[in-house]
Amino acid sequence: MADLTVPSAPVIRSATTEAPATRIALVVAAFGFLSLFLFLPLVEVFLEALRNGPAAWLAAISEPDALAAIRLTLLVAAIAVPLNVVFGVAAAWAIAKFEFRGKAFLITLIDLPFSVSPVIAGLVYVILFGSGSLLGPWLKANGIEVLFAVPGIVLATVFVTFPFVARELIPLMQEQGSSEEEAALSLGASGWQTFWRVTLPNIRWGLLYGVLLCNARAMGEFGAVSVVSGHIRGLTNTMPLHIEILYNEYNFAASFAVASLLAGLALFTLLLKTLIELRFSGGLAPSRGH
Amino acid sequence: MATTHAAPAGWWFRRPSIIPGFGLTFGFAVTYLALIVLIPLSGLVIRSADLGLAEFWRLASDPRTIAALRVSFGTAFVAAAINVVFGVVVAWVLVRYRFPGRRLVDALVDLPFALPTAVAGIALASLYAPNGWIGAPAAALGLKIAFTPLGIVIALVFVGLPFVVRTVQPVMEEIDREVEEAAATLGASRLATLARVLLPGLAPAILTGFALALARGVGEYGSVIFIAGNIPYVSEIAPLLVVIRLEEFNTAAATAIGAMMLAIAFALLFLINLLQAWSRRRYGHG
Amino acid sequence: MDLRIKNVRKDFDLTPALHDVSLDIASGELVALVGPSGSGKTTLLRLIAGLEQPNAGTVYFGQDDASRLSVQDRQVGFVFQHYALFKHMTVLQNVGFGLTVRPRGKRPTAREINERARSLIELVQLAGFEDRYPSQLSGGQRQRVALARAMAIEPKVLLLDEPFGALDAQVRKDLRRWLRELHDVTGHTTVFVTHDQEEAMELADRVVVMSRGRIEQVGAPDAIYDTPASAFVHRFIGESVELPVYIEGGMIRLDGIAIPLSAADEPDGPAALVFRPYDVAIDEVDRATYPGIAATVVASRWHGRGRRLELAVGAGGHSMEIDLPPDVAPPVDSTLSVWPTRWTLYRPSGASLSHPTPAAAASMVSPIQQMAVAQ
Repeated sequence: MADLTVPSAPVIRSATTEAPATRIALVVAAFGFLSLFLFLPLVEVFLEALRNGPAAWLAAISEPDALAAIRLTLLVAAIAVPLNVVFGVAAAWAIAKFEFRGKAFLITLIDLPFSVSPVIAGLVYVILFGSGSLLGPWLKANGIEVLFAVPGIVLATVFVTFPFVARELIPLMQEQGSSEEEAALSLGASGWQTFWRVTLPNIRWGLLYGVLLCNARAMGEFGAVSVVSGHIRGLTNTMPLHIEILYNEYNFAASFAVASLLAGLALFTLLLKTLIELRFSGGLAPSRGH
Repeated sequence: MATTHAAPAGWWFRRPSIIPGFGLTFGFAVTYLALIVLIPLSGLVIRSADLGLAEFWRLASDPRTIAALRVSFGTAFVAAAINVVFGVVVAWVLVRYRFPGRRLVDALVDLPFALPTAVAGIALASLYAPNGWIGAPAAALGLKIAFTPLGIVIALVFVGLPFVVRTVQPVMEEIDREVEEAAATLGASRLATLARVLLPGLAPAILTGFALALARGVGEYGSVIFIAGNIPYVSEIAPLLVVIRLEEFNTAAATAIGAMMLAIAFALLFLINLLQAWSRRRYGHG
Repeated sequence: MDLRIKNVRKDFDLTPALHDVSLDIASGELVALVGPSGSGKTTLLRLIAGLEQPNAGTVYFGQDDASRLSVQDRQVGFVFQHYALFKHMTVLQNVGFGLTVRPRGKRPTAREINERARSLIELVQLAGFEDRYPSQLSGGQRQRVALARAMAIEPKVLLLDEPFGALDAQVRKDLRRWLRELHDVTGHTTVFVTHDQEEAMELADRVVVMSRGRIEQVGAPDAIYDTPASAFVHRFIGESVELPVYIEGGMIRLDGIAIPLSAADEPDGPAALVFRPYDVAIDEVDRATYPGIAATVVASRWHGRGRRLELAVGAGGHSMEIDLPPDVAPPVDSTLSVWPTRWTLYRPSGASLSHPTPAAAASMVSPIQQMAVAQ
């Protein structure tokens, strides 16, 4: 078939892609932008944290105030996350499995904390429990401390992390529908059995992702906690607040050392998210802004 | 035959009532929502109503308050605009091109969602400070970034980026290649296809991403205060002013500023919902 | 405009999608590319449009080598399977799009574009829908908008990919007839792709049957139906019955038993005996008088114009379905003698095949004719 050789395939681009030069320019622009705003700050955290060597890093995260901050942060997350998990599952069940009036409005209300500045989230609890409020004098008379104490920090954290689990589960459960639950019920399973053995296995990866995000935000929340905490070292300082204090004292290395722990947590969260997406692409709700 | 199920006529009909637990889950969800979110928020609204119109207006029209709101809104607007441009480019590159490390880049776009704002704040401040990696070369060119409104924009770009990317990306993924091919067979150049077919289709998602980034930017606190310099009237953001008023035990002023910020947030939220409803009605997708 | 496809080859990731395909289409012709999925029919259509580039070979539009033209410059009207309408544009804007994106010098004025779009919308019977958005139209209406949009650019050829694939049965039938009438009015050279052989046979002037990246047969619908060039075409176009037989010394054997059909001069070996369900004769009274193929009636269904029998034949109990005229109704479980009156033998080599000439079909013993495979 030598006589049939055609002139080498004409250089005509595919109809649905850009010229190679445009493509390269776009990739470079995207990389440059992401480097300036995402990658470099992340690298900076770890570089600054280890500037004075691993020993200094270890010392910074193991001094008593830092340890107290870590402990408090873990405690707050340990209370706030389970609360929001229970809420998220309950809300997603009610919204995804039933038709009722005002559903869209309820979803909007659940999203509300995402739209509210974290500082406002702190402010509302100051207004609610502060000395000038209705509750304030009564709380004081009974010796209950909410503001500038752990309960206030927990409440503010619950507020800002409120929608994470629900937001992850609602679209996922809506997409999955109710037919499997109906089948289980028709086979004689009780409501609880249906939930534990049919629904939960179907939503577990979405639930895990929601928990991860909720936890990352709970441990990292700054604005809301800052307003209600009172910044008492060793008592009401969470890790982000501790970072702020150290930074404002120009103790940058120690500040970044504590920050590197939270950055590590963030990377771990993203890693798990990516792994879940890679392995169980069907198990997550369509990714959406938070 | 004893059966506990519905009559055969209703068997094939989707009847939500056969699934139990509505009362429990709905009741719990609404109660919890009310206790954690609605009652505290209405406390803010009631408290600002208690101030009275004249007092509220006096506090709200305080020049420093106005300046802080203007700084917050202005920087958030600029940052959201920057994010629209680069967010769309990033989303396009991630959706359309295959290159080594794409997965990694895709995962890292979520970093601002996962990284605590205070951590981002100190990292950006030290990076863009006059002696930082980026700040130093910029200062040599006569550009001061940290401790100016430009620094605030930088922080808000960081915070807002995933909102635009993650809103636009799924819509981009759903673009039907056939639509682009149709435009090409009709004689449209690649640029014309982009400008007249693809971008208009993405417009609702882009606008939604913009509004989300803007809403987040107006309320952002942690990542901004370290890099902003916090000079009253110049680089002092509204959330910081709330904190300052609270530290002065001036709850009334804090409440007034908070109420205004809440109003802006609700207006944006309303706008976002409106946009999505419109886009669903017009194009049949959200 | 006439179209010539010459020795075109297309590989996707090293797997060939089209092997050395050549096809001539005359100006004004309505041609169907038909075949199962994966046969390369859509790839061929996209190559003509310029949406894909061939690895070898050339596509000519008239005398011009179209391979050197980009999609934008080819001026083909392409109607996509899922219509690919622009969701954010009205019907009028969709139809006018191809004219509005023309370079400034060649672009008609806004008024001309508007008029042209409106007249096309009228032609596809959608007057009154100009300001609707695609999401407000039914499937059949979207299909017609896509067609009007493709015709607006005064295409040299009109290419349709599974034009009726996404429509329900009734709409499909109406649109099919309408498209044929429209083609007769406008006279565009038209190529369409379908996996539905009935659609291809009903609509097209000529049918191109494709399988595994090759053209199996090209011809008028009647010719393809009556004289299939390969076992594939025989099976794919219209209904057929197929029995595995063995040829031995010019005798055709089913499960070892000779049947009264002769394959003189055929080399020994396995073959497939293929015939249409209605090209059969039966004898239900006395098997001994006519030694056909022994068959047992498994089921019998009445379908209005005749009767369809499901039979178990041969020692192996092969299942086959035949059509009988209304007046014959053998009971279930009865035994019959059956023989095809018009049949074809296909050899596994595929290189050669034999079939009785139509003229000889009435006779029981037909000569076997050697035919070359269509390249």
